[in-house]
Amino acid sequence: MIEKKTVVIDGNEAAASVAFRASEVIAIYPITPASAMGELSDEWAVHGRTNVWGSVPRVVEMQSEAGAAGTVHGALQAGALTTTFTASQGLLLMVPNLYKIAGELHPFCLHVAARTLATHALSIFGDHSDVMACRGTGFAMLASASPQQAHDMAAIAHAATLQARVPFLHFFDGFRTSHELGPVQLLSDESLRELLDDTIIAGVRQRALSPDHPMLRGTAQNPDVFFQCREAANPFYLACPDIVSQTMQRFGQLTGRSYQLFDYYGHPEARHVVISMGSGSETLRMCVEKLAQAGQRVGCVAVRLFRPFAGAQLVAALPASVERIAVLDRVKEPGATGEPLYLDVLAALDEHGGGRRPLLIGGRYGLSSKEFSPAMANAVFEELRAERPRKHFSVGIVDDVTHLSLRVGEPFDVLPDGVYQALFYGLGADGTVGANKNTIKILHETTELHTQGYFVYDSRKSGAVTVSHLRFAPAPFAAPYLIDQADLVAVHQFEFFERMDVLEHLKPGGLLLINAPFSAEQLWQNLSREVQAELCAKRPRIYLVDADRIARASGLGGRINTVMQLCFFAVSQLLPIELAQQAIKGALEHSYGKKGDEIVRRNVQALEAALAGLAPVTIPAEPSAQRRKPAAVPSHAPPFVQAVTAALLEGKGDALPVSAFPPDGTWPTGTSQWEKRALADEIPVWDEKICIQCNKCVLVCPHAAIRAKAFPEAALQNAPEGFKAVAFKSTGLPGQTYTLQVAPEDCTGCTLCVEVCPARDKANPRHKALHMQPLRELRAAERERYAFFLSLPEAERGAVHEDVKHSQLLRPLFEYSGACAGCGETPYIKLLTQLFGDRLLIANATGCSSIYGGNLPTTPYTVDGAGRGPAWSNSLFEDNAEYGLGLRLAVDSLRDRAQLLLKRLAPQLPAALVDALLSADQSEAVGIKAQRERVLELTRALHALTDADARALELVCEYLVDKSVWIVGGDGWAYDIGFGGLDHVLASGANVNCLVLDTEVYSNTGGQQSKATPLGAAAKFAASGKALAKKDLGLIAMSYEQVYVAQVAFGARDKQALDAMLEAERHVGPSLVIGYSHCIAHGYDLMHGAEQQKLAVDSGIWPLYRFDPARVGRGEPPLHLDAGAPTRSVAEYMGNEARYRTLEALDRERFAKLQKEAQLLAARRKEHYKQLAELRVTQGLPTRQE
Amino acid sequence: MDLSSNYLGLRLPNPFVLGASPLAADLDAVARAADAGVSAIVMSSLFEEQLTLQRLAYHEHVEAHADTHAEALSLRPVHPQLDYALGPDEYLEQIAQIKRRTGLPVIGSLNGVTDHGWLRYAREIQQAGAAALELNVYYLATDPEQSGAQVEENLVQVVRQVSAGVSIPVAVKLSPFYSSLPHLARRLVEVGASGFVLFNRFYEPDIDVEALELAPKLELSTPAELLLRLRWLAALSDQVQASLAVSGGVHSALDALKSVMAGAHAVQVVSLVLQQGTGVLPQMLTQLSQWLEQHEYDSLRQACGSMNMLRCPDPTYYHRGNYLRILRSFQRLVAR
Repeated sequence: MIEKKTVVIDGNEAAASVAFRASEVIAIYPITPASAMGELSDEWAVHGRTNVWGSVPRVVEMQSEAGAAGTVHGALQAGALTTTFTASQGLLLMVPNLYKIAGELHPFCLHVAARTLATHALSIFGDHSDVMACRGTGFAMLASASPQQAHDMAAIAHAATLQARVPFLHFFDGFRTSHELGPVQLLSDESLRELLDDTIIAGVRQRALSPDHPMLRGTAQNPDVFFQCREAANPFYLACPDIVSQTMQRFGQLTGRSYQLFDYYGHPEARHVVISMGSGSETLRMCVEKLAQAGQRVGCVAVRLFRPFAGAQLVAALPASVERIAVLDRVKEPGATGEPLYLDVLAALDEHGGGRRPLLIGGRYGLSSKEFSPAMANAVFEELRAERPRKHFSVGIVDDVTHLSLRVGEPFDVLPDGVYQALFYGLGADGTVGANKNTIKILHETTELHTQGYFVYDSRKSGAVTVSHLRFAPAPFAAPYLIDQADLVAVHQFEFFERMDVLEHLKPGGLLLINAPFSAEQLWQNLSREVQAELCAKRPRIYLVDADRIARASGLGGRINTVMQLCFFAVSQLLPIELAQQAIKGALEHSYGKKGDEIVRRNVQALEAALAGLAPVTIPAEPSAQRRKPAAVPSHAPPFVQAVTAALLEGKGDALPVSAFPPDGTWPTGTSQWEKRALADEIPVWDEKICIQCNKCVLVCPHAAIRAKAFPEAALQNAPEGFKAVAFKSTGLPGQTYTLQVAPEDCTGCTLCVEVCPARDKANPRHKALHMQPLRELRAAERERYAFFLSLPEAERGAVHEDVKHSQLLRPLFEYSGACAGCGETPYIKLLTQLFGDRLLIANATGCSSIYGGNLPTTPYTVDGAGRGPAWSNSLFEDNAEYGLGLRLAVDSLRDRAQLLLKRLAPQLPAALVDALLSADQSEAVGIKAQRERVLELTRALHALTDADARALELVCEYLVDKSVWIVGGDGWAYDIGFGGLDHVLASGANVNCLVLDTEVYSNTGGQQSKATPLGAAAKFAASGKALAKKDLGLIAMSYEQVYVAQVAFGARDKQALDAMLEAERHVGPSLVIGYSHCIAHGYDLMHGAEQQKLAVDSGIWPLYRFDPARVGRGEPPLHLDAGAPTRSVAEYMGNEARYRTLEALDRERFAKLQKEAQLLAARRKEHYKQLAELRVTQGLPTRQE
Repeated sequence: MDLSSNYLGLRLPNPFVLGASPLAADLDAVARAADAGVSAIVMSSLFEEQLTLQRLAYHEHVEAHADTHAEALSLRPVHPQLDYALGPDEYLEQIAQIKRRTGLPVIGSLNGVTDHGWLRYAREIQQAGAAALELNVYYLATDPEQSGAQVEENLVQVVRQVSAGVSIPVAVKLSPFYSSLPHLARRLVEVGASGFVLFNRFYEPDIDVEALELAPKLELSTPAELLLRLRWLAALSDQVQASLAVSGGVHSALDALKSVMAGAHAVQVVSLVLQQGTGVLPQMLTQLSQWLEQHEYDSLRQACGSMNMLRCPDPTYYHRGNYLRILRSFQRLVAR
């Protein structure tokens, strides 16, 4: 083992390592890509790690970033050294407090993993739009460009703020830096302590708000003094750049790593210089080195301190020879004369250039982690060389609308010699990323190699593809961009050859490692002509291994990571294979325990088989296949899907020009139907002879991949062979034929449907009406049958009973989402679309449901035969209820307008029609249908009128049909960040419906506790089990008396969930439906999700109820309990889930205590509800605000 | 009255041993049993299969979700101690704790699956301070391809391996379902077994006729189960050079006495304690002493094995005769 001073960590950990050690109070709220900084802080605090003064920082998770900022402000005010971490919208929520903190000159450092602000769309990826929105706050801003710098600048910021008293916002590029693994030389506690001057800290304590030396901060000031007071802080800002500069010097003396406010790199007599901030400056630096070596007089400036902007120092940093400057901004400020850094440079040159003004141009790059490659950097220099450079440009995209984009040439290799580049295509579930992280660690620890790892994930939650970019080199290097020319490409899933161009970035003559269930000969035969041709052109050395077979034989299921990792070492020869084997084994033992753990044993067995299974493959000189690569989408897909969606699916979205896209974020619905992912190994097969046609399977399917229809037998005329249909057992729809059909390429194989199927073969109960069989054997035939199934007539709303069985004949207008296999949220949404889909508006809070609901490339909300379907939108995380209320107000206002116009036009229209339109009962589907027909009749009548009112009414007449507004979100939204808004909307009396998909944890950002987290569950920020009870959101809502409230669990009592949704919708006023949603964060196989829901209800931990204000009018108690006395124990429920069981494993006594308390709590709540359910309420309360 | 007994080389003040049960996980319950007079504690079984499954389940449903989504690189809080907790360490710690708290000998109980597992955990139980080890051979032979001889041979191998691998005495908890129990017992003694516990009670699931599913069911023992044990204690007593313990069916002082007379050196109680609490133990001890005193025994040892197959007045009753007598009793019952 070589003694190394460095560790391999990502930018988040590098920054948090300093922030944690330099703080006493840390208040956080999770947000991508900054979450890890808060999580690490919590983890370190839980494990007793101390700051440099020997105490464990107090880490608290708040309800929102606004809350975190408030807490931070308070902690600073009372004299504690404080930090927090955030990004994007979270940073915006902090802005009001940032002004306060800066206005009061509190030394403070905030760390931001800079991320795109949501505009026309949300993006979790990186750019500077969030930090640029904070320019006016009075915070100093310090940028870092690599994981090492994230560590170093964090220290410099924490030190400088103490002396300057100006608070600091330290930022680095989200994902590109926050998630890049690289070698980081860590500051020792001693060095950090030396930077954080104790004498200055004394000043912080003295200024603390304390009754022992009381003073007042936060006064309200009048015109006479406010202005002067604002100006009084000027000296601090004037002094700040020098303080940072001095701190950087001190830092350099301590560590040998020196920084300037503006670091210049390149030719000492450069004529052309590019100025930038963040990771892109590293790419520019490498590019400049290469160009300067070639004799070009070019240079670049990396801006470290962006605020206060030290214009004189910037000008001083530039060589006197500079003639032309390009400034790159990783942000777009629409309507501005230029982006922020450009304008600052312009002003600096004007004020400090001594009358000399080089030509200045400004460009945008890298929005939402758009790649910024050396070729793009080079394109900027090329533009500077142009006769007449464009004043404003963009780089990295093709702008064929305003023609601002630079032409980017061929790949431009700026890496030093000897950098080994490897690309790995894997699935999230196969462990590829984990293995690669481990490979980096192994090579870092056992060799002198410098390492880098960057991981690209797609946005689906099931079947997600990961691409790992790994670099290794004998000398240090900077390369914050994706690999373009890989020495090695590893394809961990064979089907990727069909779906994407995995060979695109493989160097000619490089290495290709393939996992496939084939022999060498079969491999060739199974490749399409395009792939064969590419292989013949690039002639890589190919190695083949059947990692799936080896993993399965070793009892590892689909986890092929260990096998592929060793094969990588074998073919890359970066490490002697014995050493590699030993290192992987060591890592396994480190991860899974040393004592002969079963996981270790199985992996070791797989390791032993891996090398024996690895074989070289020789390929013919010419392609031989006739088969072409399948098209990403079928030829009958709509033009937009052909042009745009297909490119996104193939991973070619970067190449699409600006003109391909709508300018306002509008996107067509129903695109998930064009993406056939075929994720399941096995799919359910229907035994129609046993089936009792209950349709429970249809209801629970998270992906709408098993469906039922009832139709006239004649419709079967052109049925494909093997299409099953039987007489429908229904008194409601007599004489119909029934079928149950699986969408074979959309099913994820979760088996929830099989688990809920109640129908067993009486002679052989192991055989149910649904049983799983391999997709491979069924795919083609079932695809044809499913296509036929879709062509069968659809059930009509209003024509079927409103029970579970018949409701499931209705077409779901939410289908094939990217949600996790077995997801416990999506069945509720699907049901919503079945019941009200053709008149549904959804306001969706940010979170899992907005990701699987609206993340590209394909989205699941779709339309019915008449072209109607859910209109879905996501505003923010925190404002969803208010946003939904806005939708309602608009709908109501447009309906009012339609009614007004209708009344005005009444003399010219049939009186009966007008009366019926105005007085229609639309409380049920039948009424909606009738009203639609009336609106159609009205439209025809309006055609004949020439009146302007007639034209106006045509625009809004559809609003005469009631719309159903649903506000949908997770518990993070409803219980925490959006609670204030939700509460207000519930109190408003408005006719909106709220659906809370309660997973009892922040699922989307990785399992942080929310106020919905139940007592006893371990979650991030509650690692030792939550000690307090879950907030009773339903009870709070009931207190308004006019709100319809229901708590449901579709897996436990599907009928109650269905009834609640119907009643909530019919309730004229606000409604709140809280749905138990099992989740992978609970830590068990979700095939048991429905069973676990039942256990939650039967143990009393999840009481089912409906609180219907309408019952008051009937003289009944409004609250009705829908589950009887508990029949099973809370312990039994808790025992099934890892979120509880990990605690049992760690601290049995605490687990037993919390388990007992949970049992008592369930009993107490049950008793409370029981008493409430007997309460009769005085009639006559207003149920809706007029 | 001298109630002492020698079981697995342990000198016990009385034959009552708290049998393998969930009670061992509760330190307070164990302490109460010790105060009430039990002379040794048998741990609940360490199931290798359960440890493995728990580890695999955690791996599959928690660790496998790591590094799959850009926004959630993990879903659970990090616990560096968790590997420790998912192993047998807690079980082993409990052995030490019981020993410390009660001062009584603790007998580990192990159900293994793999050769490696049997040996590894047996050694760890020994290291944790167990005075002896009970091998819980919970094995149901349901494979038509496997012969009775193979089943026995596998058992012999396990006992051979474990006995050679540890220095503490090893008892084997048997089921009654072997073709020739005395022969098997003798073979097991030859490969190192120091004692036998008669018998293991297999979980017997019920059938839910509505759901057409099996319903797991755990029934406590009843006194009716004692007779089967008495017969086989009597058959093994004096015929194999090993300690014997009865497990299952002892619900009174008289049941205990009968067991000892049939050859038991130790009397394991579980169901009785679960049903009636530890308070029942002092009564039993008193009743046993009183009975022995009333019947002028010198010690309990004097009664040990007195009614085994070699020493009882008419051993044919243990064979066919016993069967006939019960039939006659049954006839009397019908007549009444």
